[in-house]
Amino acid sequence: MNDTEQNQAATESRNNNSKTVKKLLLVVLAMFGFGFALVPLYDVFCDITGLNGKTNKTAVAYTATTIDKSRTVTVQFITRNAQGIPWIFEPVINEITVHPGEITLVSFYAKNKASYDMTAQAVPSVSPGLAANYFHKIECFCFTQQPLRAAEEVEMTLQFYVDVELPEDINTLTLSYTLYDITEKSS
Amino acid sequence: MTTDVIEQDSHDEHHVEHKMTGIKRWLYTTNHKDIGTLYLWFSFIMFLTGGAMAMVIRAELFQPGLQLVEPDFFNQLTTVHGLIMVFGAIMPAFTGFANWMIPMMIGAPDMALPRMNNWSFWILPFAFIILLSTFFMDSGAPNFGWTFYAPLSTTYSNGSTAFFVFAIHIMGISSIMGAINIVVTIMNMRAPGMTYMKMPLFVWTFFITAYLLIAVMPVLAGLVTMLLTDTYFGTSFFNAAGGGDPVMFQHIFWFFGHPEVYIMILPAFGIVSTTIPTFSRKRLFGYSSMVYATSSIALLSFIVWAHHMFTTGMPLFGELFFMYCTMLIAVPTGVKVFNWVATMWRGSLSFETPMLFSIAFVILFTIGGFSGLMLAMTPVDFQYHDTYFVVAHFHYVLVTGSLFSIYAGAYYWLPKWTGHMYNDTLSKWHFWCSLISVNLLFFPMHFLGLAGMPRRIPDYALQFADFNKWVSIGGFAFGLSQLIFLVVVIKCIRGGEKAAAKPWEGAVGLEWTVASPAPYHTFSTPPSQKDIDNIEPQGIK
Repeated sequence: MNDTEQNQAATESRNNNSKTVKKLLLVVLAMFGFGFALVPLYDVFCDITGLNGKTNKTAVAYTATTIDKSRTVTVQFITRNAQGIPWIFEPVINEITVHPGEITLVSFYAKNKASYDMTAQAVPSVSPGLAANYFHKIECFCFTQQPLRAAEEVEMTLQFYVDVELPEDINTLTLSYTLYDITEKSS
Repeated sequence: MTTDVIEQDSHDEHHVEHKMTGIKRWLYTTNHKDIGTLYLWFSFIMFLTGGAMAMVIRAELFQPGLQLVEPDFFNQLTTVHGLIMVFGAIMPAFTGFANWMIPMMIGAPDMALPRMNNWSFWILPFAFIILLSTFFMDSGAPNFGWTFYAPLSTTYSNGSTAFFVFAIHIMGISSIMGAINIVVTIMNMRAPGMTYMKMPLFVWTFFITAYLLIAVMPVLAGLVTMLLTDTYFGTSFFNAAGGGDPVMFQHIFWFFGHPEVYIMILPAFGIVSTTIPTFSRKRLFGYSSMVYATSSIALLSFIVWAHHMFTTGMPLFGELFFMYCTMLIAVPTGVKVFNWVATMWRGSLSFETPMLFSIAFVILFTIGGFSGLMLAMTPVDFQYHDTYFVVAHFHYVLVTGSLFSIYAGAYYWLPKWTGHMYNDTLSKWHFWCSLISVNLLFFPMHFLGLAGMPRRIPDYALQFADFNKWVSIGGFAFGLSQLIFLVVVIKCIRGGEKAAAKPWEGAVGLEWTVASPAPYHTFSTPPSQKDIDNIEPQGIK
């Protein structure tokens, strides 16, 4: 090969290289984006399948047409404080037996024991996870934030019904609330 | 930007003959052999650093009770030990092999992007300086495990998260650049006549590994970015209070993490697929099935991630799906193991040190693979999860798997790299000491795990004392044995029996057609067709 040919060959291979590099960089960017896209995808997937015990985030209307009197379901209530929130937070009744389709009203007690005003957010979760799609909240304190002044106490309500379609093998639902301190974020 | 870089490179090509001296040679080098050497030394230094941490861990675990270190410092040690061994020792070692050997094996003069190659190595030390510097800060080093699960690394972080994230970002950029370089080199720089199915399997495995890196390292980068903003900028990707989900962290992490496992083992397959045929004096059994098996393992690695998370409360269907997919990986892996055994079958075997490490690899990696199959079974995983059984499993695949293959490869190509034969007696001592101690170190961990000893704890119940004592003794012995390797390498660089261009009788491949030590520039003109045809015995024919 003489010099010109060699130079031509070198230029050609450089062009090939930069083409391949550009393609690969696109893949890198796409995969970086995909990492972030997994976040909404995860939520959508959990929503559709009802995995993960996540309940409806906003109020739903009561749509059941019948009440299945032949069947009873026990709904248990659990509350838990996330680290560092000095509130009393507990269900007024620990469990209730309901018929699927029946609207039920229960309440939860909260008191801010701190000497300053705080805002909290309760995050619900249903166990077994697959039952979450059959647990409908018509009204819930967890849809909004809870601002409480120092030493203020409050009774918060939850209105729900259990879907008549709830799979036969599920007789007990556990609704768990975790209370988080979001004072800093909400101010 | 890339075009600029490439143009500068071409500018260099015209006066390549002069070689800088001293530190500048290493800082400015764009030579694939120099950079390969840098990677290999760097990984060995990191291996010793991470190993030193393991020694402290094993010393603390020598007997029950708290003796040497505080529990929090113990957590920092296990975390950084894991990070260093994964990102600092195993991965750079393989990149070092790739740099040294791929251009020589495909008859290319250098890597496709030499300037980027320099950069991808030289940012690496800074990443690890950042990571290790956290040990000297008030907050301490990362203590949340190498898997850095949220909220341990966000809400409950000791303040090291920012340094950790930045270090991971740099390591990620380095790996991605290295991987792009490997892919471009293999796609565009093969000598004329070297078709894909004529490439040595070693090159194939690095090709596939590089694709895996390009696919998942950006996901890791995204994940640590989310971690950073969650910890310091008030986002709530993984914080339930703000509508996020900590379990999602694990999904994204293992979407990266499981392919990462194969990033650390596929190149090992490539190395032993080179050494075993050489010392069996036969061609590799089932070359094309090896290529397809490697590709299937790589593809399957994307759909098995949740087998790390069986105990997070997945529904039954999910558990079954991930269980069966995971077990499916045993099929292509089995193909490989049988192919290696079939290569040795009725071969004319000789037991040079690289072969000893390779045979040990096949047997011990298979043990690690079997314990992996046990872990893949959902019902029993509930017992094994987060116990020493898991520790035993991944150390069998990473130490007696990846690391042993690295030793096999290092002994195999040391004559080519240095021009001298290594000291045979010392290398055999290295092998046998390592083999015995590594099994003393990791095998009893299976029993500890089955008996219920949890991982990542500085103290344990009395009934685990005897096994832990033996494990620690094995650990110290294994740690010391690795110093023999350091001696062997230094002696080999300094002198020793002169190595022939092809010191192994059964070796096949273009790298053996150049002198030993390999000249600074090889294949400035492409290899002859005859030489390329000669590597076919390793190929399909």
